[in-house]
Amino acid sequence: MAIVGRALLIVAFVVALYGIGASLYGAFAGGRAWVDSGRRAVYALAGVLTLAFAIMEAAFLRSDFSFSVVATHSSTTTPTFYKATAAWSSQEGSLLLWVWLLSLWSSLALTLTRRRVREVAPVATAVLMTFAGFFLMLTIFWANPFQTLAQPPSEGTGLNPLLRHPAMMFHPPMLYSGYTLFSIPFAFGIGALVTRRLNAEWIVSTRRFALAAWLCLGVGIVLGARWSYTELGWGGYWAWDPVENASLLPWLTGTAFIHSIMIQERRGMLKVWNASLVLATGTLAILGTFLVRSGILDSIHAFGASTLGVPFLILIGTMVLGSVGLIVWRRTDLRSEHQLDSLFSREAVFLLQNVVLVALAFVVWWGTFFPLISEIFTGTRASVGPPWFDKYIVPLAFVIVALAGIGPLVPWRRMTWASVRRGFVIPLAAALATWAALLLVPGAWAQPKPAAFAGVAAFVIASVVQELWRGMRARQASASEPAPVALAGVMRRNRRRYGGYVIHAGFATLLLGVAISSSFQHAKDVSLKPGQSARVDGFDIKYVRATARATAEKISLGAVLDVSKRGRHVTTLRTTRGFYPSQDTSQGIVGRFFGGESESQVGLRAGLGRDIWTVINPDLTPLSGIIDEGNRTFKTAMNGIFRDGGGQRALAELYALRDQAIVAVARRFVSDPWPADFRFIVSPLATWIWIGAIITFLGGLLALWPAPAAARRRVSAGYAARVARELARTTQ
Amino acid sequence: MELLIVFLVVLAVVAVIGAPLRNRARGLDPDAAARAELADLEAAKEAKYHEIRDAELDQRTGKLSEQDHRQLDAELRAEAIVLLKRIDAVRGRLEHAPAATESAAPPPAVG
Repeated sequence: MAIVGRALLIVAFVVALYGIGASLYGAFAGGRAWVDSGRRAVYALAGVLTLAFAIMEAAFLRSDFSFSVVATHSSTTTPTFYKATAAWSSQEGSLLLWVWLLSLWSSLALTLTRRRVREVAPVATAVLMTFAGFFLMLTIFWANPFQTLAQPPSEGTGLNPLLRHPAMMFHPPMLYSGYTLFSIPFAFGIGALVTRRLNAEWIVSTRRFALAAWLCLGVGIVLGARWSYTELGWGGYWAWDPVENASLLPWLTGTAFIHSIMIQERRGMLKVWNASLVLATGTLAILGTFLVRSGILDSIHAFGASTLGVPFLILIGTMVLGSVGLIVWRRTDLRSEHQLDSLFSREAVFLLQNVVLVALAFVVWWGTFFPLISEIFTGTRASVGPPWFDKYIVPLAFVIVALAGIGPLVPWRRMTWASVRRGFVIPLAAALATWAALLLVPGAWAQPKPAAFAGVAAFVIASVVQELWRGMRARQASASEPAPVALAGVMRRNRRRYGGYVIHAGFATLLLGVAISSSFQHAKDVSLKPGQSARVDGFDIKYVRATARATAEKISLGAVLDVSKRGRHVTTLRTTRGFYPSQDTSQGIVGRFFGGESESQVGLRAGLGRDIWTVINPDLTPLSGIIDEGNRTFKTAMNGIFRDGGGQRALAELYALRDQAIVAVARRFVSDPWPADFRFIVSPLATWIWIGAIITFLGGLLALWPAPAAARRRVSAGYAARVARELARTTQ
Repeated sequence: MELLIVFLVVLAVVAVIGAPLRNRARGLDPDAAARAELADLEAAKEAKYHEIRDAELDQRTGKLSEQDHRQLDAELRAEAIVLLKRIDAVRGRLEHAPAATESAAPPPAVG
């Protein structure tokens, strides 16, 4: 089926080229038939790529090692769950995933907008098909997932052990969904600029895609952080790694865009700003893919370091120059229709929030690309670490969280002192009460930054709760409903507003978790033998016993630890280090089973108050003697079999003995244990990072969900009638 | 077998993207500009109604006083009225357009 796969990629490439041509010809000369044909080319592309992706997935699930990509990224011992995900651990598979997702989201966008934005949509179709054509060109000429091997191996290399984590099933598809969904407002933004249809219609038609992109990218980022926390074995969730930063950049500018388009929708203001933001976000989404796939910056995530840098740089350069050129070209059409009514209005808060978000994005961009910038100017590649990022990010994040609390309290257009009093008293009281309460907690103010942050987070949460309460009361006053029904009703009728408020509360909770867990974390690296203990933040952690397990997939050496506080049992932790076999035969017949890649399974007791986290890193040096002896013994035996012509049966018996020997070697870790290295971490409120993320994404889903059609019709009709009545009055 | 699959896919693709071209009667839309303007105005009207609803909710949740809301509501409704007038004007142009096209068309052949 590899031939079919290769042919489908070529068919898809031709369809993408046709889609570009038909859409542009239809837009500027040929009429609706060509435009419709161009739109249908996107549907056809989605169908062809779905088939191609299914062929690749089937090859992974069947362990068909005649596919080069399967042989180098999977194996027969890889669990089925991870065989399916191994497709996007490869350069080739991830590029196909990117373009497949793009085709699906583009089809959805063009279906939903087929009776709207009629002038803009054909140009947007051409832009989306250009992206598709670019990625298909990469898959055909640079990284073909359907490349075959003349002599397929009997066993594959296997999936990188670090990627064998449930979060990795969804992390790349969510990130890529975010990137590809951001291509849609980008493409429609280009279309609006080219056709000079720069009013609110293109924004209204694509804002849901921008929000979906923001949501998917956010979920992808958090899944990546969770993977880092529970898989990488260093105990952190964010390291300011270039690839992490690459996904954060479009998320930050996308957040700014989602807020500022509300001002353009309502007032026809900030058109240049919004056009710049959407073009920057689309470009940063491609930059994110480029950083993962090019290997241009050192990263623990850049699994696919390769030679794709040049084509990506050409695309990004074209996007940047084209974006700037379009905005300069259309600058007269991008003039604002209104001025800001007051500096004390929601518009002004959004504007300030936008400036801070873009400043955050710039700081992240500068820190990420500093190694390249420094190399250009000094010839030496210097990088900046977490302290540099924290120095600039922390104060900016502080302002952003404060604005997340202020925004919901401020009305559109202008606010009065009376409304300031009505809105701000309770949230400010909550902040002051939090700060006062922290005075009673010993050591809480020892680090002023997280303590101050706790007060601001309390301000945000109080402002959101107050808004929900007042919305519920207003609904109850008009509908006489019970409180939960009234709350659900007001949220359902105003999903965008209240979804946004829930996001703000979740985001404040998430950042509070980050601030407290990182500032008050206790970490200790120790070497222990069974029976020995270490004390971390008042917890006694005892290494109870060693564990060892050997399967066809890996050899796991681990530990069972007992955690207690003041003599009372708190929890039992289990942690292992998995060693995967290497295909490098020079490591010896036994040695190669200990010499491949390795991964950690952390021991974690997550709680609302604190997380207790541990990881083991067993030293294999004490086993080297017995492994060497095993290598020599089995090599001699194998040579004997080959010399005497012992045949397959003798070889099978030898392999069975080898497997028993490997199990025996691994069991040495239990029967004759030696000290193992452990890392222990106690992090207060770390779980609130994930709780905050879940609240944020639930808010995102609420905002994204379409309002009930009946309610929309009712409200529109009602207002139309009222406005029409006033129109009749004014004309009399 | 493999060639047959590829052939069937290509056939399906051609059928999907070629269908609109078989009906070429839908050529250039002479009213495209007016329709685009109408779509813009409809989007602006929806946004204005959204603003009116938001202002009402702001008043009900205490962010706007009754007096501030009355003033803001009047401003927003005035802006909505301007939009409705413009929508009616564009709709009027579009309603007259088909008649003009028909009158410009050649008369039907009489037997």
